[in-house]
Amino acid sequence: MTLMLNVKDLRAYYGQVQALHGLEFGLNEGSLTTLLGANGAGKTTTLRAICNMVRTTGSIEFDGAAITGRSTENIVRLGIAHVPQGRGTFTTMTVEENLQLGSITRNDKAGILSDIERMYDHFPVLKQRHTQQAGTLSGGEQQMLAVARALMLRPRLMLLDEPSFGLAPLIVRDLFRILGKINREDKVTILVVEQNAQLALELADQAYVIETGRIVMSGSATEIANNEDVRKSYLGY
Amino acid sequence: MELFTNQVLAGIATGAIYACMALAVVMIYQAIDHLNFAQGEMAMFSTFIAWQLMQWGVPYWGAFLLTLVFSFAGGIVIERLLFKPLAKAPILTNVAGFIALYAIINSSAGLIWDFTIKQFPTPFGSSPFLGSQLISTHQAGMIGVTLVLLVLLFIFFRFTRMGLAMRAAASLPESARLVGINTSWMIALGWGMAAAIGSIAGMMIAPVVFLEPNMMLGVLIYGFAAAVLGGLTSPFGAVIGGFLVGIFENLAGTYIPGVGNELKLPIALALIITVLVVKPAGLFGRPIVKRV
Repeated sequence: MTLMLNVKDLRAYYGQVQALHGLEFGLNEGSLTTLLGANGAGKTTTLRAICNMVRTTGSIEFDGAAITGRSTENIVRLGIAHVPQGRGTFTTMTVEENLQLGSITRNDKAGILSDIERMYDHFPVLKQRHTQQAGTLSGGEQQMLAVARALMLRPRLMLLDEPSFGLAPLIVRDLFRILGKINREDKVTILVVEQNAQLALELADQAYVIETGRIVMSGSATEIANNEDVRKSYLGY
Repeated sequence: MELFTNQVLAGIATGAIYACMALAVVMIYQAIDHLNFAQGEMAMFSTFIAWQLMQWGVPYWGAFLLTLVFSFAGGIVIERLLFKPLAKAPILTNVAGFIALYAIINSSAGLIWDFTIKQFPTPFGSSPFLGSQLISTHQAGMIGVTLVLLVLLFIFFRFTRMGLAMRAAASLPESARLVGINTSWMIALGWGMAAAIGSIAGMMIAPVVFLEPNMMLGVLIYGFAAAVLGGLTSPFGAVIGGFLVGIFENLAGTYIPGVGNELKLPIALALIITVLVVKPAGLFGRPIVKRV
């Protein structure tokens, strides 16, 4: 297994405040990894640091090449899609325009059109609403749109920031099922940050636990799920 | 009744000026989400460039094209030098920047070309259009140019990927970066396009109001009024708004006692305020729907 993303001694700062204190972790190509942690542990910051949306020091390698210091849009163009917290929907544009925007860096017209159809297969509700202003979608629909928009990049790595946030449990199950499918069938490596630890551990094959800006535990998802401390702190039994 | 028809026709003729300017206003609003108070001065400066080129013997359409190129490049340079550093600054800082730019361009034009009024040629001639004394061939040509511009802009924003990317960068920069759009250059491009459209407006307007550094002062306010009335998000609305403002201004001047020529400008400002209170999205602007 090759290491797709390799993060070493990653520190991140918001002004004077340091949010990450020397984070080290790696993602295997084709894996589905979850990053667990409480509020304020640094999960969102970790994802933002990968895309250079926050001031950082340390080293981040993607496919063996350093991406530290590159601009956000150039990192995205390497094939790293980021579904941000709050979904980042282009609310004034239609659903279809949102999908078009996801593929804005691509030039294969036919491929883009067939990918839009594929997204409508994954998320039929988006097809029903494809001419509708994206801001009128429900929270769950917008989350699906955000995932679909990210997939339109044909990413090799997808970063998801709390996709379950604010969604009804049934919709979350559905969304996670689709994420699993994307990981297996499209061979997209996925890093998902979650507070819903139980569901994330069911889905993932690898897991990291982050506390106050440091990785405190790592292993296969099963190991982590069976760890007593994790069970008490994050799973609640 | 004939008075009424004549006033409406004359209103459409002046409205073409406002429509042209409103297009430039909407263009920059699409790109940067602000109204650029220096827009009129930029257009005026471009028009002086065209005038200067013609003084040096360049034929009209050659000067027209060169001015477009110059304005496009100039818009980008202004963005890179002045407004890129202000990108993360609060709105008020940007407004101060616009006003500074206004003063700088206005004074520079005065310094280079002085404040005497100059004739500016029209490519369409100035005989009566279709025998009507109210609309000249120049004004008809101006309406035509405005409509062609409108169609081109519509196609650009609606059907090209670059147009889509520009809209995305303007509405939500962070999300735009996350789909790989270089938002900083999109904004610069928006400035370039707005400056180029403004220069067309300037060159169309100058034969009517005559060329001098303060020629755009009133026109810009009418342009704002037109853009607000039509909807700041809609180029189509801006053009319709331009014609409506022109007609409204003329009718008010004729039929409301005491308005006359002197109070026409306050009418435009009153219109802006009324629209913002009653229908903030304008006649054709897309109201932004948000789920809460």
